Amino acid sequence: MIVIDPILRIDGLTKRFGTLPVLQHVSVAIARGRVTAILGPNGAGKTTLIKILLGLTRRDGGLIELDGQPLGDDPSARAAIGYMPQIARFPENLTGAELVEMLVDLRGPGATLDRDLIDRFRLGGDLTKPLRTLSGGTRQKVNAVLAFLFTPTLLVLDEPTAGLDPVASGVLKDKIREERERGKTLILTSHVMSELEELADDIVLLLDGRVRFAGPLRDLTARTKQISLERAVAQLMREATDAGSEAA
Amino acid sequence: MIISALLVALTTLGGSRDTIVVTPRSTVAAAIARAHAGDVIRVEPGTYAEPMIVVDKQVTLVGEGWPVLDGQSAHQIMSITADDVTVRGFVFRNVGTSFVEDRAALKVTKARGCTISDNRIERAFFGIYLAAASDCRITNNVITGAGASEAAAGNGIHLWTSNRIHIEGNRISGQRDGIYFEFVRESEVIGNTSEHNLRYGLHFMYSDDCRYVDNVFRANSAGVAVMMTKRVTMTGNHFESNWGSASYGLLLKEVYDVRLERNQFVRNTVGLLADGANRIVAEHNEFRRNGWAVKLLASTDEGHFRANNFIGNTFDVATNNRESSNELAGNYWDAYRGYDLDHNGVGDVPFHPVRLFSLLVQTNEPSLILLRSVFISLLDAAERAIPTLTPQALADRSPMMRPLP
Amino acid sequence: MKTIAKVMKYELSDVVRSRWLVAYTLFFVIVTDGLLRFSGASANAELGLLNVVLVVIPLVSVVFGTMHVYNAREFTELLLAQPIGRRQLFGGLYLGLAIPLSLGFAAGVGIPFALHGFDDPVQRRTLATLLGIGVVLTFSFTGVAFALALRLEDKAKGLAAAIAIWLVTTVLYDGLVLLLGAMFADYPLERPLIALMMLNPVDLGRVLMLLQLDVSALMGYTGASLKSFFGTSGGMLLAVGALLLWAALPPLAALRRFGRKDF
Repeated sequence: MIVIDPILRIDGLTKRFGTLPVLQHVSVAIARGRVTAILGPNGAGKTTLIKILLGLTRRDGGLIELDGQPLGDDPSARAAIGYMPQIARFPENLTGAELVEMLVDLRGPGATLDRDLIDRFRLGGDLTKPLRTLSGGTRQKVNAVLAFLFTPTLLVLDEPTAGLDPVASGVLKDKIREERERGKTLILTSHVMSELEELADDIVLLLDGRVRFAGPLRDLTARTKQISLERAVAQLMREATDAGSEAA
Repeated sequence: MIISALLVALTTLGGSRDTIVVTPRSTVAAAIARAHAGDVIRVEPGTYAEPMIVVDKQVTLVGEGWPVLDGQSAHQIMSITADDVTVRGFVFRNVGTSFVEDRAALKVTKARGCTISDNRIERAFFGIYLAAASDCRITNNVITGAGASEAAAGNGIHLWTSNRIHIEGNRISGQRDGIYFEFVRESEVIGNTSEHNLRYGLHFMYSDDCRYVDNVFRANSAGVAVMMTKRVTMTGNHFESNWGSASYGLLLKEVYDVRLERNQFVRNTVGLLADGANRIVAEHNEFRRNGWAVKLLASTDEGHFRANNFIGNTFDVATNNRESSNELAGNYWDAYRGYDLDHNGVGDVPFHPVRLFSLLVQTNEPSLILLRSVFISLLDAAERAIPTLTPQALADRSPMMRPLP
Repeated sequence: MKTIAKVMKYELSDVVRSRWLVAYTLFFVIVTDGLLRFSGASANAELGLLNVVLVVIPLVSVVFGTMHVYNAREFTELLLAQPIGRRQLFGGLYLGLAIPLSLGFAAGVGIPFALHGFDDPVQRRTLATLLGIGVVLTFSFTGVAFALALRLEDKAKGLAAAIAIWLVTTVLYDGLVLLLGAMFADYPLERPLIALMMLNPVDLGRVLMLLQLDVSALMGYTGASLKSFFGTSGGMLLAVGALLLWAALPPLAALRRFGRKDF
């Protein structure tokens, strides 16, 4: 797949944990202004890829370019990236408002803030309560608010709708679509294929630390001649297993 | 001629006694030479640097305005050989160290009934030295040694083979031993302060039937030592701040029948060390903030420790003897953690003051560095629960719940 | 530095509001007040407190510290994804825990003393030493907690290691020293033992307190060499330097680990 002017270019990315290879020469380009879903079974390297992108995990080799600039150890590059982690666990005794205030503090005064989600989730009152008193769903809402807060150019959402009720889930999906309309790039992972089908433009499928497929969603379904993403992915995984056993 | 012109003889109202006045243009010796028994020699202010003054007549020597008798670091200053001599109000200064003789500021030999009071003795080898004297009073003198090395210093008040001597209100510092007794009988040491001496504050041997009352022995490098003596009474003394590896508030060695009452043992490395001390009776003493309050070495027998306070000591009692014939009763121990259910002021369970750790330190001294470690506390607690090594006989079966007044 | 302060500010306000820190402070208030009430002289209270400080501070710092780092794992990851450096982030997280723990201890001990009143300047110095040692142990063992929790992914293993380290430093180490002392009783042991004390912050803190509380005993025997070692300004400087090194080494090791760790 050729992506012209990608926002994110990953080239030959490698990572091992001890002797276990997790990412093996992963090269992929993420198109600007689109929603890319990263897929793969457990242990395929999705989380590691995302964590390397965010600077949580160090890569062994390879190159990452964000907007044409190589992404190195300089933490300031992360100012352009928003992140919504899968599990929303915050310091128990802080309030949501303090958490927001803290990130604003850390990111500096330059950032333009998007408090839109606070209203849409009807979070207002909950933000002044200690986080330990909030339900899991409400904490996940706070989590989402934090990710969108700084109007980043690239948003990484790890299982964003997990733990949200259908209404909140809908609100978040709307928000994702709106951001895409505004020209933002989003990367997300999810186990809910229907949700990805609904949101994603592009698919990156990782299997055993390698890119198995990268390209538009419709290309994937067209190539596998399957009617749904779920079936298409299953088909690709089967093919990979067959190829593996043939090689062996 | 000049000398005789300066000696002014005055007749006192008593009639027979003369008062002879000495000024620095004359000498004290000359006045003594002229005096008759019973005369008073009054010495005017000034410095008198003359050869050793021998007082061989029964005279009263009185210094007016602190005249200085200077030994020029070369010789003894005054030697008293007559009975009933009084020396009062002088400054004795500069008695040189000698390694062949016991030079003193003031030596009394084979005399009785002397009174030595209110003198100041500075930089003397020995201060006041009594040999074969009896019935003397040594009071309110201030003896300040140069504080050189132990070998180069003599004793402050030194008594040898003397009887019935009364020593009261003196202040002694910077000597080898503050007060030293050897073969002394029936004497009293009352209200003296002996401190910062190079060896013992008080040191006596073979001196039976003496009393020591209300003295302060402080910061002497080895504390107080009593050896080879019978029938000693020590009451109301303070044994303070005697620090060092061989330093004791009070060392009792080879002694019999010692009474210790209302003494204060404060901040000594070892408050009371008894080594071959028999029949000690210690009552109403206070042992406070010592390293070891009481150490009872083997062959210390039949001691009675009653109604004493043990407060803030690192170790209360240490012994190297598993069998002990010493009795502890009715003392207050701040380390006691027992209870008093019947509220009679006496703890219901006995107190064992010998800690396992104190035994460990005795066999392996460097392990003292582990003092107050959690491990050591656990070890002590285990020993308390199941005693195996500490002497069970040495226990206070009636420990007091509150400090005794 | 600014970033450290910002992270610390929020970490601090989280920790300060936690119930266990309140409990920790109250524990010291009750123990100190009790000792002051029942032991009469405040010198004895300081003596009693010494053992509490030497046992409780390492335990709480290392165990609660380890738990805290594990619990803050996701939050740490969220912060790592922000445009701030790892060193600054670590500084904020570490100080945000070590400082409130130190303050909780210092307030818990200091307030009862202030209320009961203490006049003797010697006791004031002893109390200041005790507080200083407590703070150093807090910083040291909080650092150990971070190092452990960052190295061991498994929470149970981390907690077990924390308790093991506490047990070794507060109890077993001294047993070993006692054993060594007995085995090599025929050799001059004073200097080697002083060196061994320097190698354990808990022992070092204890020995520094002994120099104030048990001077009389320390003037005898071995103590004399101990006193002569620590009595000189050089020896004291070495001891205080070693203690400060113990406050700095564990967090520095943890910082190194934090800088390289894959979350």
